[in-house]
Amino acid sequence: MTELDFMTSPQSGELGRFLQQMLLIRYFEQQVEERYRDAEIPGFVHVAIGQEAVAVGACAALAPGDVITSTHRSHAHALAKGTPARAVMAELYGKVEGCSRGRGGSMHLYDVERGNLGSSAVVGGALGIATGAALSFSLRSEPRVALAFFGDGATASGLFHESMNLAQLWKLPVVFLCENNRWAESTPLAQHSPITDLTQRAQAFGMTALEVDGQDVEAVYRATAEALAHARSAAGPVFLLAETYRLAPHNVGDQQEYRDKEEYELTRATQDPIAKLRERLALSDERFDELEREAEAAVADAVDFARHGTDPDPQTLLEDVYA
Amino acid sequence: MPEKTYLQAISDGLRQEMRRDERVFVLGEDVGVYGGAFKVTVGLLEEFGPWRVIDAPLSEIAIVGGATGSALMGLRPIAELQFSDFVSCAWDQLVTVAAKQHFRAGTPVPMVLRLPSGGGFSGGPFHSQSPESAFTHVPGLKVVCPATPHDAKGLLATAVDDPNPVLYFEHKHLYRRIKGEVPDERYTIPFGKARIERAGDDITLVTWGAMVYTAAEAADELQAGGVSVEIIDLRTLQPWDKQAVLESVAKTSKLLILHEDTRTSGFGAEIAAQVVEEAFEQLDAPIRRVAAPDTPIPFSPQLEKAYIPQVEDVASALRELAAY
Repeated sequence: MTELDFMTSPQSGELGRFLQQMLLIRYFEQQVEERYRDAEIPGFVHVAIGQEAVAVGACAALAPGDVITSTHRSHAHALAKGTPARAVMAELYGKVEGCSRGRGGSMHLYDVERGNLGSSAVVGGALGIATGAALSFSLRSEPRVALAFFGDGATASGLFHESMNLAQLWKLPVVFLCENNRWAESTPLAQHSPITDLTQRAQAFGMTALEVDGQDVEAVYRATAEALAHARSAAGPVFLLAETYRLAPHNVGDQQEYRDKEEYELTRATQDPIAKLRERLALSDERFDELEREAEAAVADAVDFARHGTDPDPQTLLEDVYA
Repeated sequence: MPEKTYLQAISDGLRQEMRRDERVFVLGEDVGVYGGAFKVTVGLLEEFGPWRVIDAPLSEIAIVGGATGSALMGLRPIAELQFSDFVSCAWDQLVTVAAKQHFRAGTPVPMVLRLPSGGGFSGGPFHSQSPESAFTHVPGLKVVCPATPHDAKGLLATAVDDPNPVLYFEHKHLYRRIKGEVPDERYTIPFGKARIERAGDDITLVTWGAMVYTAAEAADELQAGGVSVEIIDLRTLQPWDKQAVLESVAKTSKLLILHEDTRTSGFGAEIAAQVVEEAFEQLDAPIRRVAAPDTPIPFSPQLEKAYIPQVEDVASALRELAAY
């Protein structure tokens, strides 16, 4: 075991904690789907079923003071970064108790105190914010890192290329964590990207690139820790490619006519990060059921909290437009 | 008090803010050794070094996104876009992200975007626009349009102090043409407080930016004919000093609005609407607007002259109002 391996290996107890977090996210997302179908949650919602290991593994590797930015598929990131399930669910219900005070909804989850600078509902839209946050760390010589979550679809956007270029040029402490779930909404990677190996995007800027199995939470944790160490040492940003799977429709309500049904079912059966971790930990059915019930209860509590939340007073509409 | 050009006033203001507050830094394309497209940042690199005077690639989206992110983390970025026209590249980060940040997340975004704007030198359709009105339509942004060297420096200091994204439109045609007294010490000019360029009794003329000088020349012509024009320089459009306009209209009963931006949905339309809503009975004549026609700004000097409101256009409208 090298020194880095030692530093970046989670303790065995931590893998159990990862499983708890992943289960919490899974149950949270399943409840979101149901509450949305029952018309309790307004707007549109995108769940991260299948991508739990990326959020949990990456956020676990962050140090206090590090920050993240997120995407339209943001619930998992917010929960993994430590925002209570109650505050996230209340936000989805548009309540004052929500983490964005009911002003953002599913695609605009904030928790600046806990280091979540927020999700952007424009694909790739938060990459500039992460780059700017890293610029401030660099200018103030603070040993902090900004980690930006985004998907494969964002790598086609202008801001992605501008941010990657700036960050590498100025050696900013950013980790660009690309969750390649192989779908930009309904468009498969092969149809929106001329390259299938997305680490080639980083090569264009001379940026260090790492690749990891996004369904293996321990691997994500270790790769993120390595990327963070590199960025924190002022060696420059890292492009971290997590190969993952969207085991759910793009958004709740999407019928996925574009997706091969057999492929979808096979992927769900073979690429579930929770099933993989369960197997890895060799948990008894009894123990796993217990963990599932805990997650279920926490989510039920969050739903109950959100249902009983406070609707924003229309009189407050004009508040906080300006600081 | 020393006399300075409009450009020098901005440049001095930047230096003063950077000396005063370590959190202030500038970034933009060619702002370092080159000193900026218009030489406003000349000398800053030597004094403050490359980490506070940052030459950025041609990346308006990332410049504005980066400024937003660093402002969120407590710095005070002043980003220069070479021409205000290029702000369209950064629309998403500015309008979608920065403007809505405080409303969504409750976190301030204390950043300033310096936007050299305006025509008058055949810059053509992509280098001469006056896009300030578009941003008055975006809640969360502030819009500043100084006309004098004194205001340029004072409003810049206020912009740096402000916890919101501030769009600071500096008119290119004023840079070296206009001189005025500028105090050496730091001072601020409050947003939303108009300046009376000259007092008058017969007609109120509301304007801002380079048009203040066009307005003054036209008012001189009217003065010779015995018509007294009160010129209000708004200084800032978001917020704007409605009270000053209403008070003046209560006195004159006639209102002319002048701007270099195009006519339809220009900020003049907003001023007219609000005056009609709140002072309809004070008016003795229909409100008049003199503005650029609804077309892109052309290159050819003859066409550009036809596009930008000229002294004679303003004087003629004033005469019609006086005769009404």
